[in-house]
Amino acid sequence: MADVVDVAAETARTKTIAFDVPEWPGHRAGQHVDVRLTAEDGYQAERSYSIASAPDGARLELTVERLDDGEVSPYLTDELRPGDRIELRGPVGGYFVWEPAEGGPVLLVAGGSGVVPLMAMIRRRAAAGSDAEMRLLFSSRAWDDVIYRDELERRAGDRLLVVHTLTRVQPDGWTGYARRIDEAMLREVAPGPNERPLVFVCGPTPFVESVANALVRLGHEPRRIKTERFGPTGG
Amino acid sequence: MSFVSRGFHGRRRSDADRGRVPPGQYVTPDFPVLSAGPTPRTPLDQWDFSVTGEVDEPRRWSWDEFRSLPSEEVTHDIHCVTKWSKLDTVWRGVSVDTLLDGVDTSAEHTVQLADGGYTTNLPLEDLTGGRAWIVFEYDGEPLDPQHGGPARMLVPHLYFWKSAKWVRELRLQAIDEPGFWETNGYNNYGDPWREQRYWGD
Amino acid sequence: MDASRLDGNSVAGLLHEIFGTDMTPALGTCGNCGVDEPLGAMHAYRSAGVVLRCPHCNHMLVKIVDSETATWISSTGVRTLRIPKQEA
Repeated sequence: MADVVDVAAETARTKTIAFDVPEWPGHRAGQHVDVRLTAEDGYQAERSYSIASAPDGARLELTVERLDDGEVSPYLTDELRPGDRIELRGPVGGYFVWEPAEGGPVLLVAGGSGVVPLMAMIRRRAAAGSDAEMRLLFSSRAWDDVIYRDELERRAGDRLLVVHTLTRVQPDGWTGYARRIDEAMLREVAPGPNERPLVFVCGPTPFVESVANALVRLGHEPRRIKTERFGPTGG
Repeated sequence: MSFVSRGFHGRRRSDADRGRVPPGQYVTPDFPVLSAGPTPRTPLDQWDFSVTGEVDEPRRWSWDEFRSLPSEEVTHDIHCVTKWSKLDTVWRGVSVDTLLDGVDTSAEHTVQLADGGYTTNLPLEDLTGGRAWIVFEYDGEPLDPQHGGPARMLVPHLYFWKSAKWVRELRLQAIDEPGFWETNGYNNYGDPWREQRYWGD
Repeated sequence: MDASRLDGNSVAGLLHEIFGTDMTPALGTCGNCGVDEPLGAMHAYRSAGVVLRCPHCNHMLVKIVDSETATWISSTGVRTLRIPKQEA
């Protein structure tokens, strides 16, 4: 059981919800929780959400994108208030995890809300004072849809490279990428295969598979590419 | 059930006439796509449907042959074991009675075999007497591959896992042979009105 | 390729309940093509139950049905499962 302590907007459609979870055992960057909601008539719905926050005692943050036809996400983004409780199970998922001890270089490739577990890795890296080289290639529809936009700008530095691609609408004067991630873009942004980066790809299934296949074609080792697929209507 | 999430309602659940809804089910206006594997895509010129097993003579129809059999439009409620029910779904298909017309058999059991490897078992009598169809249209349109197209089984009086998507063969057997889900926890028969979801229910 | 398929990460919680440990990094050897993959990388399909399939050859590896009173699991498609021990 977790208590809601804060709900804050990230973009027009995403919110970060902070929870206090008594006896939270701690988590690793990349893991997720399973949220279960129960209606008065007993109807239940369960969804998984990646943990956005770096490990921080009993406090946990989830960033949830509101899907218009979603069953769970609109409840989490529109209804939940500080003081509410929800049932959650976790943390789970040790496959899609990055620890500072693993070092770098690390390539993170995010499609929309797939950035959430990767942000936990970025935050973990900062909190641990790691100087592992990390690059984030982040695909969003438009500049206003970029989750964590300002924080990424602040955190970017010479060892943390953040590259955006905006696939639908770009602001005036935009000189960055303006298309879906493809092999050419990955070749320009990713560390070379000879550097053997650890790669984490997260987003909708078609996005993840397209990116993973492109990376393999570029010569990256399949074993060093970890993927997490979100459902097309994940919430 | 102890904890209720304040203000959570979930997917629209109609308050349909409860007499039409089996126990434990919720009515949905959606049509969820649930599958045990990737969507098969058999081209129609390679598709066929067979009746095999304990029959005097196996039968086989190509797509064109199948589509020239008499078909009918039927409207039924369907009930998925994952708790959603959909009312008044409209299909067009060939009655299994038509497919078995004139078939000589002493078999009491059947297995449906589908593209992708899915199987499900049923007593023969649950497929006959106007209770089952091989359907190829849903809601007036050709059946979408995600929903089992080009053709799937429709047996609405049982939970919907007993209606195999992408069905290609109906095998008549003297012995009962539990299928894909029946061998892994689901009920051998699957009557939603007696809530026979799991093995042993 | 189906947009609705997920991967073994999506059943991490369920597997944890069954096995008592995080199973997503466990390596499964496909009984059909012999390739090892972590369960987290297996293709996962949800319908009446959960089905995990080999991402290389689509062979069915694991089938899980979870009711209120029991969990049924079939893993005959997996030749071998290597479960790493958690660090203390």
